[in-house]
Amino acid sequence: MSFDTWLPAAIVLSSMIPGMLIFLLREESHRLRTLLNMTGALVKVGLVIWMIGGVYDGQNYETRWTLAPGLDLVLRADALSVLFVALSTLLWLVTTIYAIGYLEHSPNRSRFFGFFSVCVSATVGIALSGNLLTFVIFYEILTLATYPLVAHRGTPDAAHGAKVYLAYTMGGGALLLVGAIWLQALVGPVEFTQGGILGVSPEEIRVELILIFFVLLGGLGVKAALVPLHGWLPQAMVAPAPVSALLHAVAVVKAGAFGIVRVVYDVYGVEFAYANGLLLALGILASVTIIYGSLMALTQDSLKKRLAYSTVSQVSYIALGTSIFGPIATIGGVVHLVHQGLMKITLFFCAGNYAETLGVNKVSEMDGVGRRMPWTSLAFTVGALGMIGVPPVAGFVSKWYLGLGAADAGSNWVIAVLIASSLLNAAYFLPILHRAWFRPAPKQWPQEHRHPGRFEIAGALLWPPVITAALALSAGLFAAAPFTPLEWASLIAEREYGR
Amino acid sequence: MMIDALPLAVTLPLIGAFAVTVSPLHARGLGLMAAVLTAASALSVTAAVWSDGVLRADLGGWGVPLGIALEADGLSAAFLAMANVVALAVSVYAGGYFKQESARHFWPLWLLLWSALNGLFLAADLFNLYVTLELLGISAAALGALTGTREAVAANLRYLLVGLLGSMSYLLGVALIYAAYGVLDIGLVAEAIEPGPVAWTAMTLMIGGLILKAALFPMHFWLPPAHANAPAPVSAALSALVVKAAFYLALRLWLDVFAPVLNEAAANLLGILGAAAVVWGSWRALRAERLKLLAAYSTVAQMGYLFIAFPLLAATPPGLARDNLLAAVVLLALTHGFAKAGFFLAAGMVQKTAGHDRIDDLGGAAQALPAATFAIGLAGVALIGLPPSGTFLAKWVMLEQAMILGLWWWLIVMMVGTLLAAAYIFRVLSRAFNREPTPYRFVNDARTELPALLLGLIATFGLGIAAQPLWVLLEQGAFG
Amino acid sequence: MTGQVLYAQLLYGGSGILLVLLGLWSFLVHGPLLRKLIAINLMGAGVFHILVAIGYRGIDTPPDPVPHALVLTGIVVAVSATALALAFGKRLDQDDD
Repeated sequence: MSFDTWLPAAIVLSSMIPGMLIFLLREESHRLRTLLNMTGALVKVGLVIWMIGGVYDGQNYETRWTLAPGLDLVLRADALSVLFVALSTLLWLVTTIYAIGYLEHSPNRSRFFGFFSVCVSATVGIALSGNLLTFVIFYEILTLATYPLVAHRGTPDAAHGAKVYLAYTMGGGALLLVGAIWLQALVGPVEFTQGGILGVSPEEIRVELILIFFVLLGGLGVKAALVPLHGWLPQAMVAPAPVSALLHAVAVVKAGAFGIVRVVYDVYGVEFAYANGLLLALGILASVTIIYGSLMALTQDSLKKRLAYSTVSQVSYIALGTSIFGPIATIGGVVHLVHQGLMKITLFFCAGNYAETLGVNKVSEMDGVGRRMPWTSLAFTVGALGMIGVPPVAGFVSKWYLGLGAADAGSNWVIAVLIASSLLNAAYFLPILHRAWFRPAPKQWPQEHRHPGRFEIAGALLWPPVITAALALSAGLFAAAPFTPLEWASLIAEREYGR
Repeated sequence: MMIDALPLAVTLPLIGAFAVTVSPLHARGLGLMAAVLTAASALSVTAAVWSDGVLRADLGGWGVPLGIALEADGLSAAFLAMANVVALAVSVYAGGYFKQESARHFWPLWLLLWSALNGLFLAADLFNLYVTLELLGISAAALGALTGTREAVAANLRYLLVGLLGSMSYLLGVALIYAAYGVLDIGLVAEAIEPGPVAWTAMTLMIGGLILKAALFPMHFWLPPAHANAPAPVSAALSALVVKAAFYLALRLWLDVFAPVLNEAAANLLGILGAAAVVWGSWRALRAERLKLLAAYSTVAQMGYLFIAFPLLAATPPGLARDNLLAAVVLLALTHGFAKAGFFLAAGMVQKTAGHDRIDDLGGAAQALPAATFAIGLAGVALIGLPPSGTFLAKWVMLEQAMILGLWWWLIVMMVGTLLAAAYIFRVLSRAFNREPTPYRFVNDARTELPALLLGLIATFGLGIAAQPLWVLLEQGAFG
Repeated sequence: MTGQVLYAQLLYGGSGILLVLLGLWSFLVHGPLLRKLIAINLMGAGVFHILVAIGYRGIDTPPDPVPHALVLTGIVVAVSATALALAFGKRLDQDDD
């Protein structure tokens, strides 16, 4: 029992334990709660840095706990899981700071931050899952932990949004469970293995395996918001801004997309999936989602809803990259897991800031916000440009690799999808930027709260978007430097294809 | 020393019942003392089975056939441990729940029920099982009517009569067995029994009587009113333990006595009834207006899951896979015991605070009681069968086995039940999110909230993450 | 000898089965509590008859004690259950007034 065997579990527990303690706190214990939150977040960052170094050097970290004969809870660090762990750990730290600032003076914070921490523990558990059973366990815990966050405000809207969210995710969870059990009944315990485990499966279960793939995809597609399973995402926008940030960038949709990557690469194996037409089906689904999400985003006046549909569209780049056979597209898809997270969380933080400071919730109310809130708007601009794919922001790198990969694989239609979606991205983001910077501000904002300090808004709300925007920018600018998301994604692709 | 714990687990609560009857002024203190001692002796039985294997005690030195013999193997030790932990939690809760007057009525009956329960898990012959079964039914009905309201009395009268019918049927089966083989000891009957019309009729009568008591669809009609109208701690014991005891006995007979007589048709019939119970019970729970009625219908559904085990067990050849499956079934029963008891205890707390238990109007009460709401949430996770609860593991093993056998329709039934359960549990939990800010203190009344929370934690975290010992315990004898 | 035993057993056992069936029919068909209670007791009497018949080993041989022990215990249990049911019934009647 060395430290190495406990490191993955420790990373999960570093937020789980503070979360449990926070539940027990009295509502008034603000300082203690903040202390617990920050300690958990920082300890997790430290542990993850340790793990990154180890995995880079080829070190094996595995926690294995037998639940019942043949059913093991396995937490294991490989290149792909570390990428997702690092993303969620970093963004959790930032989101925690933001949430502390955002929820100041609002009720029921012990409950909120308790579930907030459990939610991140579940995400990290998903990232580190070493087999399908463990993945299912944390996937469901994530559903359980996010429901209270969506319902948090207690308004009829929130109740309705939470109900829709629950109906979708429970249904998806049930599908995933069916698929996982079915698969395990056929081939035994499903350990995530580089290159997949089904390449050597007997011919006579092939049809069943293909069916199972679609059952699993149905389960994962709900969280990944693949059309037509995306209906919950715009509804869940009623949640407080930090929760939206978490749902869209760190936890929920990412868990779905990550699951798709896992199932394709480490369960089915990309060759098996390619040979049986599974990749093509996934690619078509992803493409439809990308175009549909963008078209819907165009028609939304509510800023958060526009961002939500943008998420529907953008997350499917990950699935799209997975669906193209070849290492270059894989890099594009996997790296977008991180890039989309950085950009989208920035946008949601900014949307929260506009709503908090000016009462601005609609795109049509955003005239002149650039002058009024320059820092927030700057961050928003970086995020929006990145989403469109303007160099040198990170989004450009993702799209570049996706395009190259598609060309490499001879899938010209994918390039068409990329171009169309980029045009659509521009069509729904550029008008916002135009309004923000080039239109005169109205005489009166919908609901203005003047912040007395030096900046437009409290530091806890300002710095998180500025930092994530800077990260999104540098992930693009310095893409070729060591330990960037791109480098790490290349490592993953190399290990997947270069066996 | 360890052998002595066997009779103690049965006699201690009986002595306690006597003591509280003689000295009603000290009912609570004496009752709690008896509760702690009983639970300790029962748990020491489980520990002894765990370390030393099957235990047997022939009371008063009388051997078979006249003496009263007690026996504990892995299966009974597992149920015994669950029942006694739950009963202890219920006792602590009841200590705070019942005031002087009702406490005087509660404790003697409760300890009597407890004694019958432990006796049922430990009895080694078919007739003593009948006696404990009857005692259990009578004390349960009396406890259920403790509130004295018209609905409660009427519901429990019906429960009593149905229970009597079930026991009569069981007794008739016992008479047949004795007529045919001249023995009553479970082990001896198992050796003697042969397939034939007598064994068949006896099995039908005995298992038929037991499914009436276990409230298997469509014989569940008596359960919801009886369980929903009882005082909260009694509802907890009825739903978590009493129906579970009938299931335990059915399983025990199925495995140990009637093993050579079984056929798949009977197993499938039980499974189909179970499936109907899952769907119907869950649906009615979803439509229930009152929290306790919801919990009671949920019990109907959960008993259904347990009976789906029979066709799976029948279709699985003896061996590792079957042992594994059986352990999963037991895990499911135990988890439900903890979860349902926790749910009822917490629901009682909410009901007491709100003054009613109409789900749609619960709002503030649920939000003001974080510990109770958490207990409902944790128990709910286990009732739905989500991870990390013991139910999740159990369902996984059962469904995987069903798929291996090619019996995929059980998977559909169980998933439908799971989704319906999610719907009715979250219908309750969604009431805990309200606009009004409430002064947030996690625990408001430790004596009643902590037992509920603890049971919820065992169901969801304890049995979900650390269920491995159950597999070891069940290797002791139960698999013959 | 054995013929006589068998005859007695058949007579008692057969009437026991008849009682059980009568009781069951009455239990299922009749609504009022008292009739249900009597029906249940009738069934019980039938089961006890069967048990007594099983224990019978002829006029000269002492009967098998085991079924008799069962019957005695069974009667005690049945009486207490009946008492409780009657108490419940009384409570319901009082409420009606």
